[in-house]
Amino acid sequence: MNNQWNILVVDDEEITCESMAAWLREDGYSVDTASSGKEALEKTHRKEYAIYFVDLKMPKGIDGIETMMEIKKIYTDASVVIITAYATVDTAITAMKEGASEYIVKPCNPQEISMLVERIIKVKNLERENAILRQKLLGQYTFHDIISKNAKMMEIFSLVREISSLRSTVLIQGESGTGKELVARAIHYSGDRAENPFIAVSCAALAETLLESELFGHEKGAFTGAITQKRGKFELADGGTILLDEIGDISPKLQLDLLRILQEKSFYRVGGTEELKIDIRVIAATHVDLREAVKQGTFREDLFYRLNVINIHIPPLRDRLEDIPLLTRAFLKRLSHELGKNIADVSEGALKKLMEYSWPGNVRELENTVERAMVTCKERVLSENDFQFLNIINKEAAWIAPLMTLDEMEREAIIATLKRTEGNVKEAASQLGIDRSTLYDKIKYYNIPR
Amino acid sequence: MSLIYLLPVGSTEDEVLTLLEQRLHQVLDWDIRRGAPLQTPTTAFNEVRKQYEALQVMRTVVEAVPDDATRVLSIMEEDLSIPMLTFVFGQAQLRGRVALMSLARLRQEFYGLPENKELMMTRVIKEALHELGHTFGLVHCPIPTCVMTLANDIRHVDEKESEFCGGCAVLFRDACRTVEMNGEKGIV
Repeated sequence: MNNQWNILVVDDEEITCESMAAWLREDGYSVDTASSGKEALEKTHRKEYAIYFVDLKMPKGIDGIETMMEIKKIYTDASVVIITAYATVDTAITAMKEGASEYIVKPCNPQEISMLVERIIKVKNLERENAILRQKLLGQYTFHDIISKNAKMMEIFSLVREISSLRSTVLIQGESGTGKELVARAIHYSGDRAENPFIAVSCAALAETLLESELFGHEKGAFTGAITQKRGKFELADGGTILLDEIGDISPKLQLDLLRILQEKSFYRVGGTEELKIDIRVIAATHVDLREAVKQGTFREDLFYRLNVINIHIPPLRDRLEDIPLLTRAFLKRLSHELGKNIADVSEGALKKLMEYSWPGNVRELENTVERAMVTCKERVLSENDFQFLNIINKEAAWIAPLMTLDEMEREAIIATLKRTEGNVKEAASQLGIDRSTLYDKIKYYNIPR
Repeated sequence: MSLIYLLPVGSTEDEVLTLLEQRLHQVLDWDIRRGAPLQTPTTAFNEVRKQYEALQVMRTVVEAVPDDATRVLSIMEEDLSIPMLTFVFGQAQLRGRVALMSLARLRQEFYGLPENKELMMTRVIKEALHELGHTFGLVHCPIPTCVMTLANDIRHVDEKESEFCGGCAVLFRDACRTVEMNGEKGIV
């Protein structure tokens, strides 16, 4: 049975349309007809067709080639067969150049049409099968919300499974945007604490006193504005897991408090006298090299060893390029739904371009890039052209002067991005693929004038 | 009572109609009745191609469908075609009431060969069952010996059998039963 495939016959002569439709229906296809290019496009907007038979010459409105080009804008992978009464080499070349699957001269032998339809459907079936297999494969490469087929990431998945039900502290290291929080969530939700809370705190986002109150809570009247007692994140996470993100950014005092919690499994609310016992698993994450920070004296060595019981280092996206097609398609699927866009796939050319880019902002930057391309995309498939803005970004990297340090490069990159976004920090952070709070820290760190 | 009309368009050999009456009655166990021949629609004739336009002939037949007909099988001597194809052996309304078949290409003489009545009659039965099968909702069958397989030339017609394959036979029997029980006439 072929009835899962729809065919549209487009011809200004009603008898041609109807007789061809009847002939194809006998073969089990679902066939519609259109008497003009305009009607064909209206129908294409409402329904997806696997094959279009389009007459080259239609006196009213747009001709067959234009109709085909418009159809291709809606469904890039539509198979269009151009039909003509008079064969000329020029029109055949034009039709094929503009993307026609086949070019036939009417009337043609029934066997010729049968074989042609069979050939196209065979390819369509293979494409569909390929899409199903790709989807199945994606499931195989998905661990909680993390998608990867990279060998190092697979090792991380396996380590996460092994340690998920332990109490040991975990230190997750990796560049911004590599998915540290996702790994932390995977540890929590695949272990025996999954039913209890998972609380994530960004240590970089808050000032020291605010962070202290946020983590430990406070008693009524502990400080100006503390009008009621408040439970902190540690209490809220009792029985579950707390993720302390950007742990490298916390003050020496908080480092000491944290060390005490890890050693004694108890703490006091700010302004409180009652010692609170807790059962939590601590996962810390940072993009900073903590070992180096210990050497520099900005991070406590004893705390580092307490946190670094199990170490997970997430590789940057540039070291797992094989994940780009998987991740791109996963984002495409999710964002199509969120953005209400009907984009089915991404072209091979576009994927090649994405794989040539260096991704300083890692997976988060890729996600933002796919979203940005999807917002402006008008076709069914994301093409190389939809990622043209990546060229601009790459070209701007040409300012890197010899003997520049990494810090200097980062400073320049931030200045250039802020200039491009006219000082919009949120947009600049999105383009750089980092959190807004991280960008604020870096602006402060590099003393970038705003 | 379910009833199939044999409706010739123009003149058709009596021998062909008699054979169809007998064989269709055997397969369907329905009453088969001959209708008065319809006049060949001259407007359906394509001067350039020297063929009749199948859809236009079908429309003439549709207008002449008797009220008590469950299905109509129209038989025409002349060659048929549609604008897209060089010829068609016949055409039918899928899940409809009307089927049309041409005898022209079923004759050995069409291919410059000596007349072979027996072979021609076998082909007539195959084409009649095939087109009627479409009116009962059957589509082309991938089994090459089944009468519902698509035959694009006379060699293919000769290769298939005058019977439905197991699967198509079940579908055909069920569709016939539904038509009988509901008194359904199909789409015209």
